Amino acid sequence: MTNEVSPPVPLAAPKSAGRMARLSEFWFYFSVNKGAVIGFGVLVFLMLVAIFAPVLAPHAPYQQYREALLTPPSWQTGGNSMFLLGTDAVGRDLLSRLIYGARFSLFIGLIVVTISMVTGVILGVLAGYFRGWVDALIMRIMDIILAFPPLLLALVLVAILGPGLFNAMIAIALVLQPHFARLTRAAVMSEKNREYVVASKLAGAGHLRLMFKTILPNCLAPLIVQGTLSFSNAILEAAALGFLGMGAQPPTPEWGTMLAEAREFILRAWWVVTFPGLAILITVLAINLVGDGLRDALDPKLKRS
Amino acid sequence: MALLEIKNLSVGFDTSSGLFMAVQGIDLHVNAREVLAIVGESGSGKSVAMLAVMGLLPKTATVTADSMTFDGHDLLAMSSNQRREIVGRDVAMIFQEPVASLNPCFTVGFQLEEVLRVHMKMDGKARRQRAIELLKQVGIPTPEERLNSFPHQMSGGQCQRVMIAIAIACNPKLLIADEPTTALDVTIQKQILDLLVGLQAKHGMGLIMITHDMGVVAETADRVIVQYKGRKMEEADVLTLFESPKNAYTRALLSALPENATGDRLSTVADFMKNEAANAGVAP
Amino acid sequence: MSEIVLEGRNIIRDYHVGGGLFGKDKSVRAVKGVSFTLERGKTLAIVGESGCGKSTLGRILTLIDPQTSGELLIEGKPINIAKDTVTPELRRKVQIIFQNPYGSLNPRQKIGEVLGEPLLLNTKKTAAERRDLAMQMLIKVGLGPEHYNRYPHMFSGGQRQRIAIARALMLSPSLLVLDEPVSALDLSVQAQVLNLLADLQDEFNLTYVFISHDLSVVRYIADEVMVMYYGEVVEYGTRDEVFANPQHSYTKTLFAATPKADVESIRARIEKKKAAA
Repeated sequence: MTNEVSPPVPLAAPKSAGRMARLSEFWFYFSVNKGAVIGFGVLVFLMLVAIFAPVLAPHAPYQQYREALLTPPSWQTGGNSMFLLGTDAVGRDLLSRLIYGARFSLFIGLIVVTISMVTGVILGVLAGYFRGWVDALIMRIMDIILAFPPLLLALVLVAILGPGLFNAMIAIALVLQPHFARLTRAAVMSEKNREYVVASKLAGAGHLRLMFKTILPNCLAPLIVQGTLSFSNAILEAAALGFLGMGAQPPTPEWGTMLAEAREFILRAWWVVTFPGLAILITVLAINLVGDGLRDALDPKLKRS
Repeated sequence: MALLEIKNLSVGFDTSSGLFMAVQGIDLHVNAREVLAIVGESGSGKSVAMLAVMGLLPKTATVTADSMTFDGHDLLAMSSNQRREIVGRDVAMIFQEPVASLNPCFTVGFQLEEVLRVHMKMDGKARRQRAIELLKQVGIPTPEERLNSFPHQMSGGQCQRVMIAIAIACNPKLLIADEPTTALDVTIQKQILDLLVGLQAKHGMGLIMITHDMGVVAETADRVIVQYKGRKMEEADVLTLFESPKNAYTRALLSALPENATGDRLSTVADFMKNEAANAGVAP
Repeated sequence: MSEIVLEGRNIIRDYHVGGGLFGKDKSVRAVKGVSFTLERGKTLAIVGESGCGKSTLGRILTLIDPQTSGELLIEGKPINIAKDTVTPELRRKVQIIFQNPYGSLNPRQKIGEVLGEPLLLNTKKTAAERRDLAMQMLIKVGLGPEHYNRYPHMFSGGQRQRIAIARALMLSPSLLVLDEPVSALDLSVQAQVLNLLADLQDEFNLTYVFISHDLSVVRYIADEVMVMYYGEVVEYGTRDEVFANPQHSYTKTLFAATPKADVESIRARIEKKKAAA
């Protein structure tokens, strides 16, 4: 019988072909949503900007040009072609600060989503799989967290932990995490009674294997969608905390902090508030569009399988 | 004259891997007072053709036909609004999952009366009267009480009876039943089939029975269309089909029935098609 | 007399239905005292309509749910999973095939992993050995080694059911519980899967418990037939006894309701219709 077994080389081919087919199928459903494609394009652009910030930025983000305080954007009268989007109150180039700010925003999103997703998923899987008192305990704690207005809770946590970008990220992660726990729990509960889980149990799989190897991979689609939406949420809340002076501290070129610094010049120099605000708006919008597209692309897939 | 007549119907779907033809060049007609069965396995496009007539296909579908007439109306020439009006009143359809076809949030009576209100423009009292009468017709005991039940309080068989009541509420000329008994138990299936055929004879409706079950065909149909991969394989009256099937695929299907097993093994469609091909010297 | 593989003595299963926040808990008896014996290499068909307790009984026989009372003996040894833990040796003796081939395979698991999992968890075989055995099993159930690296969604219903059968056979069980294994399949595919099951039974001397609502399939495959109605066994005997001479009125109703696809019945029906018109 063994001589009928194909050598590994031809076996590898259908595997990668299958993956390519899946990817192209995914793209087919994703690209139906034009907004999602635009959002995806913007997001890729932002990532490139963040990665190549030192190359792209015309100036260092902390460099103060004392002779050019509050210079308007270059196309306005009094503008200077050296500072494309103008300068802020201490003469730092706005464009360069925004470019470096992209690094912070994406970094915040990534870390917050990772922390909240990992803890939320673990708690959700435990609650959904074991039910009973484990479920009751975990979910009541989640309910308590959800009962607070998110920004207020984040503020309280930061107040306890002390202001700073890192503490703000932990606080936001904690606030966002119940959403993941709830979503995971619901998905695990519906998957748990599927026949393939019973079959795996009959094959001798233990609790850990059933939870994380058998059930969890089948709950990922809604989690990915929630993850992208939380990504934008995290950026928004980090900006809000920064604006309130509880997040990243000046002179960090974080967009929310930049807004906070520019507050007093809002009437005199529109550009110092408008551009960081626009940057936040565009980023969050792009990510939300991608999230919607992902939902469209992944949900029918769940139904078809 | 035929009640519903379709010539050269094709339906295609846009998918990620290009255009998929679900139905390819099918001709069919149903007369009044006739039971037509469309038989095929999953993927044979047997439901799609009827959904195309009802205008119930999603936007990704492209429907083409040389002609499509219902009761003298040319369905192809009509606007979708006109078509909906005719189709909603004179053609009714029931589906496989009776429990899922009813709205779980409303009582049976409300759903039944809604149809009467929209299509028949009856007032409250007359509606109530007619609803009770309809439930009686489909054999539901104590219809007065049943009107206030919710779908989840009833069994699958009773839900299917209610669906039939809703379908015949406007005295349709044609009833399309898409696998009406597949989700039901055998004893219930028998009752539902008897009910459908009984109502068809009583009201002189045309009935199109879409099914994969040769037993259901044998018990109900006058005429049968066998469909395979979107194409019509054979059309014959039911006795001829079972007695002397012309098409290789039909023969294969019949011989795959466990009750027709000869010896230890069931002959399968795959075996049969292979043999046919070998005998005829052509590919199936 | 050959060896008895499976025996049930007065098996009872109760379900507790919570009565909500204020209602009383109710107890529903799904299986009401079922007794039977099954010899090696034979097929016992359990027939009944939905809600008659046949699938509940199937789950008890497969050691998924415990019985409330009564004895279950597998190869002569009594087992009650409410009290005893299921040992790996026992686990490999009984396997189940489910009705829905679309729900019983993990969509994120490649076929190779599906088949290798039972070996990975219950034996000390190396990855290469597991792979070889899985490939051999694929060929046995009528698939090919090229299917090893594919995902379940690339297969049709019949092929998936073949994979489910292959998975159940990986640990060489002696007893296979088949819970409506062909009722979700097309007629032509149903015939192929039934043939495969018959072949495998001969090859491995398997004992089948075949749960079904379809009498024509039961007549084809069963040696013994048990008819259940509301949790009770109303008829139990060899296939020929039950089909030739049904005793209970429910069995008779069931036979009468089964559609007849032979030419005489059709002719009779049409003549009746003509007479009525």
